Amino acid sequence: MTNAPTPTLAAAKQESGGALGFYGVWVLAAVALVVLPLIFSSGGSLTSFCLIGIAIIFALSYNILLGQTGLLSFGHAVQYGLGGFLAVHVMNAVANHNWPIPLPVIPLIGGIGGMAFALLVGWVMTKRAGTVFAMISLGIGELVASSSLILRSVFGGESGITTDRTSLMPMFGWTFGPQIQVYYLIAFWVLISAIAMYALTRTPLGRICNAVRDNPERVEFIGYDPHVVRYLAYMFAGFFAGIAGGLTAINFEIANSAYLGATQSGLVLFSAFIGGTAYFFGPILGAILVTYLQLGLTSVTSVWQLYFGVIFIGIVMFAPGGIAGILMKHRPLIRAGTLGTVIPSYLVAAIPTLAFALGIILTIETVARFSGGDVINLLGIPFVATAPTTWAAAAVLVVGGFLVARITWRRVAEAWDRAATVARDRGYLA
Amino acid sequence: MAELIVISTLNGVLFGMLLFLLSSGLTVIFSMMGVLNFAHASFYMLGAFFGFQLTRWIGFWPALVIAPLLVGVVGMGVERYGLRNTHKHGHVAELLLTFGLAFAIEEIVSMIWGKSPVDYRVPAALDFPAFTVFSTNYPAYKIFMLVVSVVIFIALLVTLKRTRVGLIVQAALTHPSMVGHLGHNVGRVFMLVFGVGSGLAGLAGVIAGPSLVTQSDMAALLGPILFVVIVFGGLGSLPGAFIASLLIGLIQTFAVALNGSLASVFGPLDPSLGPSPLTDIWNVTIAQIAPILPYLLLVLVLIFRPMGLLGTRES
Repeated sequence: MTNAPTPTLAAAKQESGGALGFYGVWVLAAVALVVLPLIFSSGGSLTSFCLIGIAIIFALSYNILLGQTGLLSFGHAVQYGLGGFLAVHVMNAVANHNWPIPLPVIPLIGGIGGMAFALLVGWVMTKRAGTVFAMISLGIGELVASSSLILRSVFGGESGITTDRTSLMPMFGWTFGPQIQVYYLIAFWVLISAIAMYALTRTPLGRICNAVRDNPERVEFIGYDPHVVRYLAYMFAGFFAGIAGGLTAINFEIANSAYLGATQSGLVLFSAFIGGTAYFFGPILGAILVTYLQLGLTSVTSVWQLYFGVIFIGIVMFAPGGIAGILMKHRPLIRAGTLGTVIPSYLVAAIPTLAFALGIILTIETVARFSGGDVINLLGIPFVATAPTTWAAAAVLVVGGFLVARITWRRVAEAWDRAATVARDRGYLA
Repeated sequence: MAELIVISTLNGVLFGMLLFLLSSGLTVIFSMMGVLNFAHASFYMLGAFFGFQLTRWIGFWPALVIAPLLVGVVGMGVERYGLRNTHKHGHVAELLLTFGLAFAIEEIVSMIWGKSPVDYRVPAALDFPAFTVFSTNYPAYKIFMLVVSVVIFIALLVTLKRTRVGLIVQAALTHPSMVGHLGHNVGRVFMLVFGVGSGLAGLAGVIAGPSLVTQSDMAALLGPILFVVIVFGGLGSLPGAFIASLLIGLIQTFAVALNGSLASVFGPLDPSLGPSPLTDIWNVTIAQIAPILPYLLLVLVLIFRPMGLLGTRES
């Protein structure tokens, strides 16, 4: 499932068991999606699964732009939100006219909405890549988000537009009232969309997208127009973002202008990048992590968004390949059987790194709770935000952790180099 | 009407000069380092909040000097320890780093000072009407803001055109690698320029804070407009940024002051039509669409003149 060039030797090995492994992954994913709510059947976890599923589609659609085509968009939520709004309007119209359209088709309509908008603005937007595209996507994002507050009859102003998902025609006896039925609807679309988007990366279009990302000039020389390729990629991304938006509309039974806003665009960028844009499964990991953190941290701390920012900055600075990049870096070592030599140095480095991270957390929480005077409960130890001992502990953890961590990570790098040299000798690393 | 024109022109020029304080730094940083600094408006916000806090502790006038310096130091730290390390991962990573920073700074500011506006007041020494045009008292503080921005503008112009440092910066605007080949310490120049740029943004924040609202979302509100300014003026062109700053300052100020709508010009629509997008557009006032005007302008410019007003390169 990689798009990065794999060394020929390893690639040859991959081919032999390829088909089974390839279909096995999707079958496994399908089974997992079916079984998950049976294991974690509480209402809270069902809601989380629904949100994570939607986030996965949204992040994967974003990666068609950033990972596959190299287009950094700051306004991807526009297609997501417009898809959501179209879905809500269509749902209301279907309910009013009693049209025989069942609910599971609605996300497709959201997708068409997202694609239609991409069709409309995409040609101008994708003329240039790089910074200009980033800027114009930001501008279009702000334009649409602000306009949505003016066009009240379509976007419902601040309160948004509500709908009732159970008022549509039932399908197989399902009314989609209970959350579990909505979960299976979302799971179905997650699987379909993920397969479709993966298939897209394997088509000639997906390949030429990668080429446009890496070297648009050469793409022109071999007779393709990079502008057209970017435009197509933008439309596909819009389509799948619209599906995610339609699913959100079904899940919450509402669409409001927050769906279109900069926060939503920022979150999807965070998800895709934290997960890793170079691999297809990266954004899936990122979407799961970011949504999970979003749901989990809000109950623990009031400044959860700051942690996102810090994690994001950390990933950008130290691991621009994201989580997927970190994982895949270890593959040649596992194959060569040299991973064992690196693990001890990892364990040594983990301790000061953890101390450093705890110090950062303690510092942030101390500042956040200073005026409130709340008690910080970190690893079961209560810290009082106003006590100098807490400040001292935070300072020692941050400074000490940083200094020791720097030394240990240097040793990790040395161990890594040795292991990689062996792996290279055995032909697993280019 | 004449009163509205005079007052709006004054306010528009003032807002434009403030925008230029920010966009000049952003343009120079972009030209030299190829990084569109998303966190630039956050430095402006930091300036406003530092100014507010220092005004409380030591008074406005020391704050006017110290707060921009502090912001400049923060900016230099960001360049030295953040951007320089990220440079090897490419421009997208650098852009994303500043994006993450903007996000984090907003969160830190709202964590420390809260999400509601802080009480950052005009200093007592400047809290009087400077003159009266028609029936409106024009506050002296706004004149002070205008004077500060113009002084900085002239100082910037002199530094860029008349000094050795300015010469290097100018050269680096168009030929950054050549400057390096000529033996200048490009790293230090970058750090200095980044520091001065963010310091200027901080200064804009200190003087704009009392007049506008000092709140943790002020960066998110101004940031996109800043990008509009530098894309509109032409990426990497200082004169372009100047013209675009004034133009957008004037457009926004005038739009906010105008209350006309299609309904007031052509009369209201037939009420039997019911609510529809048409009635929304028909009844919206120019003041209401003022926030989206810059973005509309951005989209139009990118369609019809992608290099901006005075820009020479396309991306």
